[in-house]
Amino acid sequence: MLKHGVLDPQGEAVRHALGSLGFPGVGDVRIGKVIELDLDATDEAAARVQVDAMCRALLANPVIETYVVDIA
Amino acid sequence: MTLRAGVLVFPGSNCDRDLVVALRRAGAQVSTVWHKDAALPVGLDLVAVPGGFSFGDYLRCGAIAARAPVMRAVVAFARGGGLVLGVCNGFQVLIEAGLLPGALMRNAGLRFVCAPADLFVGTPDSPFTNGYARSETVTFPIAHHDGAYFADPETLARLEGEDRVAFRYRANPNGSCGGIAGVLSENRRVLGLMPHPERAVDPAHGGVDGGRVFAALVETAAAGALQGA
Repeated sequence: MLKHGVLDPQGEAVRHALGSLGFPGVGDVRIGKVIELDLDATDEAAARVQVDAMCRALLANPVIETYVVDIA
Repeated sequence: MTLRAGVLVFPGSNCDRDLVVALRRAGAQVSTVWHKDAALPVGLDLVAVPGGFSFGDYLRCGAIAARAPVMRAVVAFARGGGLVLGVCNGFQVLIEAGLLPGALMRNAGLRFVCAPADLFVGTPDSPFTNGYARSETVTFPIAHHDGAYFADPETLARLEGEDRVAFRYRANPNGSCGGIAGVLSENRRVLGLMPHPERAVDPAHGGVDGGRVFAALVETAAAGALQGA
């Protein structure tokens, strides 16, 4: 997800479109992305460590984005 | 001394040949370097990272290219004082590689902008911009979808305080913070900019303002004033 304080022009455009469709009460709209990884790891804690390293190395840009790791 | 330049080529680069032509025209000796090469040609003075859509702009513009094998060598080259120029997608690659601060985000208007852009020269104090006068207006084409320069307020204050804004838009076309079009590294030897100087080096391009970037590099090399990397 884009950090708060970083302008999200796509979110703004979506907010306007929702307003024009008559959906009331939409404040801020932020657009992020979901990346699904199929891992060999069987241990949840190890997988979390591995994915966190991937986020920092490539998947997220910490200058403008935050990330959350969910393991299913 | 003749300026020895290497132009990187990634899958999806499309301004690599424009950079080769602009550099050769200015008198540089130019080779191209494939992204899978783990080492740069020996004796380079300048690495130029071209515009285009490296790796299809997947994930984030420049993100995959910045992790290509050749970039490890480019980062080492830059840390050793080598000159590095990144144009458009090349600027995005240099930011993703950590050689320049900030981020380049989707244009504020959400549109791909393709037009000549009037720029103020922010500083003549670099090997790339010493052919211009401070605050002179020049025109380079822009062609990008993700060119809105973003950095946190501390970084922006530092860039301004250290005179590292190389070019600034006269009329902000993309929502860049402070109208920033190009920034220099702390040692002033890495320049990244969204506008394309290599597309303004021949009267047939509609202008020749960009030629002075390449002429300045070649002349600095000729004067023997480039410290070897």
